[in-house]
Amino acid sequence: MTGSLLDLKNIHVSYGHAEVLHGISLSMEPGSIVTVIGANGAGKTTLLNAAMGVVPSTGTILYDGKPVPRSVEARVAAGMCLVPEKRELFGSMSVEDNIELGGFLRTAAERNETRGELYDRFPRLAERRKQLAGTLSGGERQMLALARALMSRPRLLLLDEPSLGLAPKIVADILRIVAELRTTGVSVLLVEQNARAALEIADFGYLVELGEVKRTGPAGELAVDPALMESYLGVG
Amino acid sequence: MDATIATFLIQDGLTNGAIYALLGLAIVLVFAVTRVIFIPQGEFVAYGALTLAILDTGQVPATPKLLLCFGAVAFLLDLWSWRRSFAMRDLVKNIALNLGLPLAIYGAVLYLAPLQLPSFIRALIAVSIIAPMGLYVYRIAYRPLADASVLVLLITSVGVHLAMLGLGLIFFGPEGLRAAPLHDGSFTLGPLLVTAQSVLIYLMTILIMVGLYFFFEKTLLGKALRATAVNRLGAQLVGVRTQLTGSTAFVLAATIAAISGVLLGPITTIYYDTGFLIGLKGFVAAILGGMGSFPITAIAAIGVGMVESFASFFASNYKEIIVFGLIVPVLIWLSLGANHHEED
Repeated sequence: MTGSLLDLKNIHVSYGHAEVLHGISLSMEPGSIVTVIGANGAGKTTLLNAAMGVVPSTGTILYDGKPVPRSVEARVAAGMCLVPEKRELFGSMSVEDNIELGGFLRTAAERNETRGELYDRFPRLAERRKQLAGTLSGGERQMLALARALMSRPRLLLLDEPSLGLAPKIVADILRIVAELRTTGVSVLLVEQNARAALEIADFGYLVELGEVKRTGPAGELAVDPALMESYLGVG
Repeated sequence: MDATIATFLIQDGLTNGAIYALLGLAIVLVFAVTRVIFIPQGEFVAYGALTLAILDTGQVPATPKLLLCFGAVAFLLDLWSWRRSFAMRDLVKNIALNLGLPLAIYGAVLYLAPLQLPSFIRALIAVSIIAPMGLYVYRIAYRPLADASVLVLLITSVGVHLAMLGLGLIFFGPEGLRAAPLHDGSFTLGPLLVTAQSVLIYLMTILIMVGLYFFFEKTLLGKALRATAVNRLGAQLVGVRTQLTGSTAFVLAATIAAISGVLLGPITTIYYDTGFLIGLKGFVAAILGGMGSFPITAIAAIGVGMVESFASFFASNYKEIIVFGLIVPVLIWLSLGANHHEED
């Protein structure tokens, strides 16, 4: 046993008759940031959703060396947490309530403690505590989604396109926060189209293309691979 | 029509409207959280009223036995899903909730029913027999269909309604019953004779509304129910179980319906099938509120009560048609104003 935190083995996912993931395997160590990069439609989001149990999949998913629980809610209870591409915030509820609900499975004491830390880390959210989540800007919404996820005190955070639709400065902020999370013992599985930025903070990278893993390697190596640079990272 | 008749009609409309408001709120609550259109609501009202009427006579009503049967079915279903985990904790919980709770209620009713307790206690007993039925009905009929479409859930609701209607006929018989008033008094207010029962109805309605407000605004479970209504996937992702919110919504709705029945039982004769029409009027109010707004539903329900009471004076043959006809313009209006964009 290698002591992997998450082990995906031969994951297949189909939407109707169309198979979109053709047997993907992925493994990540505790305390690491692993990124899955690839073009639009490669199946990255589907992979995260399958890991979280939001879409049904076949294959083996081991979490902490054991088969992962069936329901999404049980996976949250086990310490997994997904920040989806569409954020899925509670738009007509206040920022405060959104954050509070993130800690639904935690005790009141744990919630209070984590909330304090989060307001320190995201002062912007503390300012907008009473505002409705639906009225926030794109960057604030992403921060709120991240904060809500952190309220569950996850051991494994699954981040889907955290930079999508955000200004470069906010992207840098968010990725810096993600990198900091590692120091607090949170492992991150990061799906990104912005491959260059993702590889900069990741330990290990998987390149996914049309539902299959094409390349794997330490993030540093992938980032300087000339062929990869050309096709996925954009030259220059 | 003179002013005296008008004030009587207004009072009548207000009393019925308050009940419709409660039922409308329960329908909106269940729909928002589970997407179930709660047609069996009316049966819970009738069960509540009839149970109280039988308790008034000092006899043991059949509903605790029915509760035992519901609990037993829920137990078997839970036992079937338990085969996947075999966790001791789940089994204990299953036995306690599905067998222990109904048995405890059954035993308590057996002991308390002949004691000629005060009317408020009898009402409380009636409500505590009916309220847990919401939990079991959800477990038996709806929980296995948690991911089904609204249409499938609607068909299920019709089925549950018919089944509970039949059970009502078996257990209560075809005769109508009227419960004793919870409080006998009355007083005059200007030209009006106000009964204590109607005051009680207003008070309970306001109390339940305030209670619901605090539940949804101040408690984490209440917020989780709102969150489920706002964004189902989002709620799952923070670990809110659909089963938890679903059963909470159904227990709340069954409690509200049972309280309505207990309040209504003394002012009108209730038959096993009376509940359906009463529930439908709550449903009209819920539709007028767009199946989503608590305050508009409550106000609309008062309106429904008023329209009904004036219609029964001016055109009593067309009373129901006029009340249900209210839906048509609103549906047209809502379909015109509907903007079909996604938001989160």
